[in-house]
Amino acid sequence: MTPYLRALTAILTREALRFVTQRERFLAALVRPLVWLLVFAAGFRAALGLSITPPYQTYITYEVYIVPGLVAMILLFNAMQSALSLVYDREMGSMRLLLTAPLPRWWILFCKLLAGVLVSVLQAYAFLAIAYAFGIRLPPMGYLWVLPAMIVAGLMLGAMGLFLASTIRQLENFAGVMNFVIFPVFFLSTALYPLWRMAESSTLLRDICAANPFTHAVELIRFALYERMNLEALGWVGLTFALFMALALWGFDPARGMLTRKAR
Amino acid sequence: MSALAVTDLSFRYGRKEALKRVSFRVEPGEFCALLGPNGAGKSTLFALLTRLFVARQGRIAVMGQDLQAHPRAALAQMGVVFQQMTLDLDLSVARNLAYFGALQGLSPREARARADEVLDRLDMAERAGEKARALNGGHRRRLEIARALMHRPRLLLLDEPTVGLDARSRAAITAHVHGLAREEGIAVLWATHLVDEVGASDTALILHRGEILQRGQAGQIAPGGGLAQHFLTLTEDLAA
Repeated sequence: MTPYLRALTAILTREALRFVTQRERFLAALVRPLVWLLVFAAGFRAALGLSITPPYQTYITYEVYIVPGLVAMILLFNAMQSALSLVYDREMGSMRLLLTAPLPRWWILFCKLLAGVLVSVLQAYAFLAIAYAFGIRLPPMGYLWVLPAMIVAGLMLGAMGLFLASTIRQLENFAGVMNFVIFPVFFLSTALYPLWRMAESSTLLRDICAANPFTHAVELIRFALYERMNLEALGWVGLTFALFMALALWGFDPARGMLTRKAR
Repeated sequence: MSALAVTDLSFRYGRKEALKRVSFRVEPGEFCALLGPNGAGKSTLFALLTRLFVARQGRIAVMGQDLQAHPRAALAQMGVVFQQMTLDLDLSVARNLAYFGALQGLSPREARARADEVLDRLDMAERAGEKARALNGGHRRRLEIARALMHRPRLLLLDEPTVGLDARSRAAITAHVHGLAREEGIAVLWATHLVDEVGASDTALILHRGEILQRGQAGQIAPGGGLAQHFLTLTEDLAA
């Protein structure tokens, strides 16, 4: 095994061990989407009619509609949680240890990113299992199809978090930034309402939602859950990942990035 | 070949000059104490030596490897103990070492064997299965030193490693690291503001306001064991 793979295995194993030992974190991450699914969606079911739009081939209930958005929500919150722990690690010093390993910095950051995605995917599958228990049935193969979609979407959101982490100097500032990012990103997307519904109230809102990379992540997951590939969404998610990863690498570059700015 | 060669190193935070043309060497087997009051530039120097920051002026070489041109080769020769604790408290002692060993490219088997060696060297063999959280401050520091030795570095950098420890733990850690320099030929750069940790035969490097004020054997710089007074006088004179 090469040093690169050894480091990747070590970082993934460490994150998985932390995931197993921190049961509260696991449960807390599941509560949020479950409340949306079992309380919010149940209330909206009667109020919101949904017409047939791809990838759906028949009328669906609102609970079924928001499942992909809630899967993406798990990925989004986990990405921000990982970014927060990165800022914490940097303040506490353990990030320093990682960055002094004799490996390229891009690889170290990519390993961290992938470790965060691994945890997100495990949580997303736990959510899908609970949703199944509550009667949300998806095509059986969709559970398999969605795996690569979740990984790609998780990488994009993780890269976004990584970039944010590189720009934040102090832990206290991060909570504000998280709220500033998470809520607009989530609500201005197709996670809760389809684009045509948005257009009914405002075309500007529809355009903002259509341009939001999170919308593409949601649609990538939605199509994958129905065994379909959304190439447009994949392209946008891939491009956004590349952009944020490049920005994050710039941010963590010891010669130019935020690390060289002394915390005051 | 010097284990660490720093040449004309300068660094600025915006307009504030943190290090001014700093030059020094640490040879294999040498215990070099980097002394300086708070704000002297020790932490900046450590950040540059560990490549957390990159110097725009000057050169750093570790075992002849230029840190800027060949960062991975240089970092592979270096073990680091940061001032802030960087252990994973939820992992056991052995798992902390295995994790770091893997980051340094050791196979699981190599890492296990090496972990046994370093824990034995630091009198912690019986604690391999304990969680890092269960260790006291002194043992946590020892574990960090053990971890820094996992990949057999030729240069050991320690940034104020005894801060917050009791006298017994401080003495034990200082003795262990002196032993590493003496018996294994590891070059040690030990940043501290606790002058009593420096032995008469150690090299003292006095840093103040980003400049090296003095370098030499502690016993010669301040004959009669008055290094603490000498250090205070030197830094106070300049502050006045």
